Amino acid sequence: MNLQLRPALMSFLAFSLLTGVAYPLAITGLAKLLFPHQAEGSLIRKDGRVIGSEWIGQSFSAPGEFWGRPSATLDAAGKPLPYNAANSGASNLAPSNPVLWGAVQERVAVLRAADPLATGPVPVDLVTASGSGLDPHISPAAAEFQIPRVARARGLEAGRLRALVAAHTEPPQFGILGEPRVNVLKLNLALAAQR
Amino acid sequence: MSHAWIQNLAFLAVLLALAFPLGAYMAKVLEGEWTFLHPVLGPVERGLYRLMGVRSQEDMGWKAYAWSITLIKLVGLGAVFLLMKTQAALPLNPEGMGNVATDLSINTAVSFITNTNWQTYSGESTLSYLTQMLGLAVQNFLSAATGIAVLTAFIRGLTRRSAAGLGNAWVDLVRSTLYILLPLSFVFALFLVSQGVIQNFSAYVRTSGGQVLAMGPAASQIAIKMLGTNGGGFFGVNGAHPFENSTPLSNFAQTLSLLLIPAGLCASFGRMVKDRRQGWALLAAMGAIFVLALTVCTQAELRGNPRLSSAAATQAATLSQASGNMEGKEVRFGAGGSALWATATTAASNGSVNAMLDSFTPLGGLVPMLLMQLGEVVFGGVGSGLYGMLMFVLVGVFISGLMVGRTPEYLGKKVEAFDMKMASLAILLPCAAVLIGSAVTVLTPAATASVSNPGPHGFSQILYAWSSAANNNGSSFGGLAANTPFYNYGLATAMLLGRFGVIWPVMAMAGSLVQKKHTPEGLGTLPTHTPLFVGVLIGVVLLVGALTFIPALALGPIAEHLSMH
Repeated sequence: MNLQLRPALMSFLAFSLLTGVAYPLAITGLAKLLFPHQAEGSLIRKDGRVIGSEWIGQSFSAPGEFWGRPSATLDAAGKPLPYNAANSGASNLAPSNPVLWGAVQERVAVLRAADPLATGPVPVDLVTASGSGLDPHISPAAAEFQIPRVARARGLEAGRLRALVAAHTEPPQFGILGEPRVNVLKLNLALAAQR
Repeated sequence: MSHAWIQNLAFLAVLLALAFPLGAYMAKVLEGEWTFLHPVLGPVERGLYRLMGVRSQEDMGWKAYAWSITLIKLVGLGAVFLLMKTQAALPLNPEGMGNVATDLSINTAVSFITNTNWQTYSGESTLSYLTQMLGLAVQNFLSAATGIAVLTAFIRGLTRRSAAGLGNAWVDLVRSTLYILLPLSFVFALFLVSQGVIQNFSAYVRTSGGQVLAMGPAASQIAIKMLGTNGGGFFGVNGAHPFENSTPLSNFAQTLSLLLIPAGLCASFGRMVKDRRQGWALLAAMGAIFVLALTVCTQAELRGNPRLSSAAATQAATLSQASGNMEGKEVRFGAGGSALWATATTAASNGSVNAMLDSFTPLGGLVPMLLMQLGEVVFGGVGSGLYGMLMFVLVGVFISGLMVGRTPEYLGKKVEAFDMKMASLAILLPCAAVLIGSAVTVLTPAATASVSNPGPHGFSQILYAWSSAANNNGSSFGGLAANTPFYNYGLATAMLLGRFGVIWPVMAMAGSLVQKKHTPEGLGTLPTHTPLFVGVLIGVVLLVGALTFIPALALGPIAEHLSMH
């Protein structure tokens, strides 16, 4: 019986070279040529140093900054390390898990403590952990919720901040794809540049 | 009304609009006809045959065909395993990833050769760039090509009359890779980079603030991971990672790409059996179940988690806020874009995720689980979805034939006892693996220790894992700590059974069908392109699934849903 060993081995070799070497290298070359900024991670530089990526959220907790979404990422030892972009991860808490309810309540309490005047309902994305743990965005409502606190901490007018948030709000793409969103890192960088 | 529903409608419209032209093109490729890519790729194709020592006209019987397919998978299994066990000493490993544990290496190798892409590791903290591109991505191509090849052979079993050969496995693998998967991936990968998906061989970037950004050749792998219904993410959180899926547009395109080839193959099928209505009928049955599933999942996720409303967080939709159940979801996709992806990825055997299914509402999580348990025949995997659906078609034809007292036939081929045995095997083997695997797991204390959520949801995590492995999906309720020898070896067994336990019966049936004469259509022939038959087919799929899995689902997601309301 013809065992087909030669075609199996040779085709495996050929497919490996074609799809495992030539294809990724060609894409890398073309990507460098056509979209060098995106291919390298859409990095944001300041004075020659990389301060982050446009697509990767960072941990913000000062009263004068806009905060991003809770992040459930861990460090290499399994301890919480929010926005660890070398180890993406989520909470994977079930909707019925009391740990989730408790965590949400705690986050609501922290937000209220940081701004006792903010009595309106807390937008859900501000108190739930994202899927990647690196979500770069919050909803416009979540940004709006934080404006009074940031304004007070910075000594800026709320109206000015509102305009800044509006300028950083992206609508759903083509009106129907995805959700309206605000890039937290970019917003905070713009905020730091205000004077 | 949330614009998520409009996004869903746009999705269906674009999918159908793309499926027909692509289906026509794929039919040409699989029948060896001339296409616009032949001037460029024709010489490559002939060169490959010379290298492989294959005579492209040589026909194979079903055993030789199935064996060839199995053999190249075994070679792949060995190659991926070796790469994972030696990656520390190999190049393209700027982060110095160590060699991978044996049970995890076997699980991962099996997972990728079977088109499952179940992952109990996190790519950015476990694998070198070389292992990803030369090990996993190659299997992404090959396992998708395998699905198309087996489907093509099965279609030949239906169309050839009184013959013995089903075509040449090597030729079918080469053609589907060279003319279908590679060109589509090439264009799609570049599009993804334009959206922000990374593609480089750099070391991880350290920012001035101390954040470490994982890097790598992601786009080239993600393109085929979606198009080939593989689903294995470059990063741990798969399509939720902003470097893997950056914008709502990249998300929409990736969701489309995972159903594109399976939907297109229905149109190809109609052309190859010389009766396009047959392809439309299959597409209609798949589309109907898909719309039903999508509606339930979207509605459940948009409505949100009832327990969080009492925590003073608002999940209500406003113009400026992503509404619904946002735990484990990304703002740029929202609950709507996440529900659409979850439905599509489990209708197909893709298994990638853009949101964490473990945190879906009970009903929102039930939909993906049930779609897998139905055998992933609603579009399904590349090739495998359609040959899986054809098994249900034959069962449907058989049952209808019994009801009217005629010999059942499909496309002029009599369906006899042997064929029914093979169809039953192909349908029931994965079901058995799910139920037996789940039962053994709940009886094993060391295995139940991996469960991370309390109550009925804990059982859902186990049931989901086995449903995913045995149906070669690869998505998971990710809280389950499945990187243990029990799950790594157990689920690997289920994945092998779910792939080869279906391919071999399907090929055996193709071998039986191809020998049969063509029976001309008569008065007693049940037409298989009518709305009536589409209804029968949907009924058979749902009934088999319901009878097999409702008791188990009642203990998991249904109990959880009732406990929360």
